[in-house]
Amino acid sequence: MANEIKITAPLDDAAVAKLKAGDQVSITGVIYTARDTAHKRLVDALDAGQPLPFDMNGQVIYYVGPSPAKPGKVIGSAGPTTSYRMDLYAERLMEKGMKGMIGKGMRDKKVIEAMRKHKCVYFAAIGGAAALIARSIKAVEIIAYEDLGPEAVRRMEVEDFKAVVINDIYGNDLYDIGKAQYRVAK
Amino acid sequence: MFVEKTLDFFGRFGDNNSFKSNDFNEFWGLILRTIHSDAITAVVKKMVMGANFDLGDDVILAFEKGLKREASPVGRAVLGTLIENARIAHDEQVPICQDTGMAVFFIEMGQEVHIEGALLQDAIDEGVRQGYQDGYLRKSICDPFTRKNTGDNTPAVMILDMVPGDTLKITAAPKGGGSENMSRLTMLAPSAGKRGIVDFVVKRCEEAGSNPCPPVIVGVGIGGSAEKCMILAKKALLRHVGEPSADPELAALEAEMLEKINALGMGPQGLGGTTYALAVHVEKHPCHIASLPLAVNICCHASRHKEAVL
Ligand code: SF4
Repeated sequence: MANEIKITAPLDDAAVAKLKAGDQVSITGVIYTARDTAHKRLVDALDAGQPLPFDMNGQVIYYVGPSPAKPGKVIGSAGPTTSYRMDLYAERLMEKGMKGMIGKGMRDKKVIEAMRKHKCVYFAAIGGAAALIARSIKAVEIIAYEDLGPEAVRRMEVEDFKAVVINDIYGNDLYDIGKAQYRVAK
Repeated sequence: MFVEKTLDFFGRFGDNNSFKSNDFNEFWGLILRTIHSDAITAVVKKMVMGANFDLGDDVILAFEKGLKREASPVGRAVLGTLIENARIAHDEQVPICQDTGMAVFFIEMGQEVHIEGALLQDAIDEGVRQGYQDGYLRKSICDPFTRKNTGDNTPAVMILDMVPGDTLKITAAPKGGGSENMSRLTMLAPSAGKRGIVDFVVKRCEEAGSNPCPPVIVGVGIGGSAEKCMILAKKALLRHVGEPSADPELAALEAEMLEKINALGMGPQGLGGTTYALAVHVEKHPCHIASLPLAVNICCHASRHKEAVL
């Protein structure tokens, strides 16, 4: 992809500041997975004053519930799930240092505002391109909430994981920009 | 194997243990064809795996057509990626999408079919259980309150229609949560008419935006009762992608809605472009004089179906 930016996860403020809505990125490094029920548990832990199962500082959270790995594979298919369901929890994790989220679909205004405040970016991966995306995941380990099955929290080592910046820390939204560009005026 | 059997006075068959599928039984002059539930389980198992690994040619063709028409380079790249993804899934026999769906089945059961063995729902659930296990498909079904996963992707949803004949047609249509969440039902006033229908469907797509993994297929049900209308919308998704309705009035409505939806500019994955929807499929049914029910059931590009006739 033209003008692809290579980034390494976890992220720091300087890396986040360089990203703009519309940038194509290739992510290499360590990311963590969490989706619906895992988010609820993470935030419940924070409410109860308990530690999180991993240090959130600088982390990129991937909203995914992979399919089971076939024998000999590290993971099954693993594309993004719809992000708005995590909107309620996102700012709490940003307060703990989360620097990136990978999912698909629009975020709430409040989350976009929180991203600006806490310097966190939102990436989209191609929803449904799950067999292809799995190829960029090199190692997987369940680190918490194993009872949740597909929803368990996993630590993933990724290499050249393709995504696009939807919301940067400057308040831009690629979904709005893209739509405005191709809208046929009525 | 064709074996004639007669019922005894109490309605029991003479030699109950020896039935095979394809047996024919006479029930006071009515010929019934017996299908054993094991045959249903076996075919369901195969279908849920096949549907999740092999995207239909009609969907791939729709991607290719979209690729030619799509104005945005990013949109074209997305469509190209989806074609590649479908190829990998097929070659490696892995799921197209990690969300291998709630297992939905449309069943057309011939009136002359008699199912022997397990209950139809149980036979289907067993096929789902085996297919999702052996096919390494994701188990995505949970209790609505506790969110505890049932662990085997059951229960399946079964929509049963009785039809003439002696065959059992099963269509597996596993459906992902992301696109299913974008469904809506509205009970319009009859005065809303076609204008109201078009406006609602277009607005629903705009609100759904990038959530249901566009490019999508938009299923629309018009008429019936509330629940019938929703079923119509889902049934509309079973049609080959882009095949217009046989009813010219509905076909025109489909074309109008498709144009308006794509004119919104959302494009593949909502990143901007001209191919948000690959097709709009409309089904209608008579409704109450007080009502104009309208249902929208959006299907993502991972539009997975498999059919079998027993
Ligand atoms: S909406 Fe469809 S393609 Fe997207 S994640 Fe869900 S099942 Fe997969």
